[in-house]
Amino acid sequence: MNLFCVGISHHTASVETRERYAAACSEEALRSAIGCAEALTLATCNRVEIFASAERPIATAEILRALQRCDPEDVQNAEAFYRHDGEACAQHLFRVAAGLDSMVVGETEVLGQVKKAYEAARASGSAGSVLHRLFQRAFRVAKQVRSSTDITRGAVSVGSVAVDLAGKIFGDLRACSVLVLGAGEISERTARSLNSRGVEDIRVSNRSFERAQNLAAVVRGRAIPFADWTEQCREIDILISSTAADEPLLTRRVLAPMLAGRADRPLFIIDIAVPRDVAPDVNEMEGVYLYDIDSLQSIAEQSLALRRQQVSAAEKIIAEHVADFAARFGERNSAPASLNARALTSEL
Amino acid sequence: MERQLLLGSTLCFLIAVAHTLATLRDGMFRPRRFNLVAIVLGFALQSAFLYVRGHALGRCPITNLFEVFVFLAWSLALIYLVIGPPYRLSLMGAFTAPLVLLIQGFALLAPIDIQHPIRVAVNPWLEFHASMSMIAYGAFALACVAGVMYLVQERQLKTHQLHSIFYHLPPLTNLFSAMTRLLWLGFALYTAGLISGFFTGGPLPRLKMICAFAVWIFYGTILQGRHLHRLAPKRIAALCILAFTAAVSVLWAINFVSQTRPT
Repeated sequence: MNLFCVGISHHTASVETRERYAAACSEEALRSAIGCAEALTLATCNRVEIFASAERPIATAEILRALQRCDPEDVQNAEAFYRHDGEACAQHLFRVAAGLDSMVVGETEVLGQVKKAYEAARASGSAGSVLHRLFQRAFRVAKQVRSSTDITRGAVSVGSVAVDLAGKIFGDLRACSVLVLGAGEISERTARSLNSRGVEDIRVSNRSFERAQNLAAVVRGRAIPFADWTEQCREIDILISSTAADEPLLTRRVLAPMLAGRADRPLFIIDIAVPRDVAPDVNEMEGVYLYDIDSLQSIAEQSLALRRQQVSAAEKIIAEHVADFAARFGERNSAPASLNARALTSEL
Repeated sequence: MERQLLLGSTLCFLIAVAHTLATLRDGMFRPRRFNLVAIVLGFALQSAFLYVRGHALGRCPITNLFEVFVFLAWSLALIYLVIGPPYRLSLMGAFTAPLVLLIQGFALLAPIDIQHPIRVAVNPWLEFHASMSMIAYGAFALACVAGVMYLVQERQLKTHQLHSIFYHLPPLTNLFSAMTRLLWLGFALYTAGLISGFFTGGPLPRLKMICAFAVWIFYGTILQGRHLHRLAPKRIAALCILAFTAAVSVLWAINFVSQTRPT
């Protein structure tokens, strides 16, 4: 039995090319046109891949012809397609499922997409025992990589870093009060993220009260007149600031009286304005944690670097599973897939 | 036999510490069941040691400094096992194990296991007083551990330098409430121990009383500062560490002074 994968991804093709093939892929058409025993299409925003098993070796050109429904001389984007056979196919799928081949290393969304693709193929009958074994193993590998390494650890976008930090300060965010100062785009996104984590008390203040009301309606909060925002600092736990002010609005002098009487309640300030709305020395105040756009971005980069550090540990886990899968797969199939793969590669 | 039990227990805590250090070095620090199992096993062996020693003595085994330290390490492990996992502070194990290892390792290495020549009749009030005080010390020790965890987490948040451990430590507010709970638990037990001391029937050593009340007042002041919102959590965390260090020093001093009067 020959196990292989043919596809394009963000590494090899533009989004336009990926879009075109995502729509063209049909498991049933592939099975009938080129005689695959089993076929599964994985189409996400970053990749379009076909995983298949066949009794005889099938050349990539044949697959592309079937995919593009055209004559051999009219095949397009052939250089963008890659192919993995046997063990390499298993290794590729395990890397994809574990998030190692993703644009943002360690992202977990792809695993859900792989699961969906497998469920769809199983339901339609195009995935049989070979692909079942391969994909079930991929899910196990992804789970192990996630639990044994820090590959998914840390947020990698400014908004999610802010929400993660809030969680690390307050634990349960449902009881937190948030003040959004300035109705900018990142403030809105961060407020929405906090909202999705259960924050109910969201107050919005803006120089234009109308814009404050609009944003408050979006995040199910309430609008506060701009003149009253400093007083809110007595009650709130999180301040998201992104006004267009030229000078810092919040200084130690302004904040100090607001902090009296809240010695054991931390205040988390997310300053995403440029120029900054909050004087940097506010971070030196007891119980105040100030993060500006640069520090949030730097944490996102740190998280990404931490994830990259984990790649070798993840690759080690994958290699062990690939070896084991290949051994088991070889036992069940008289002609080892990898041998057929080599023969096919030389033919191509 | 009893020394082997204690050696086995110390080895378990050493394994837990080594495992934590190894995972920290790999940059993959995470609370694992391995640590909990090592601590449970260490605790079981500690308990066996105390049982054998207590059986041989015919009383609660806190008759010399060596036993006091082992009993303190046991109280620490006990309170961690009681409050750690239910409050999702399982990571506390990674911080508790080194402290237990330090206390128990010192007890094993220092020449302090000296049996007193004078055997005093068993006094239930005295035993209650001593054991309550020891368990209170265990709670104070864990408050100190929570304080260390708080300061580590707070430092990372202030400096914006988030290491692997940051993602595994509990949130600041959870650590602060754990600290408060442990302080209250320790304070209540210590107060019970202190009051029972007056019922022992014997003459009350003045130095011992002064030291014991100094510790009680220190912790009482921390709790008052916390509840009147006079002290910031960071200061309470630092005070928990300071108070425990002072309390252990006092415990040492008390035992050193009363070597001629076994408890």
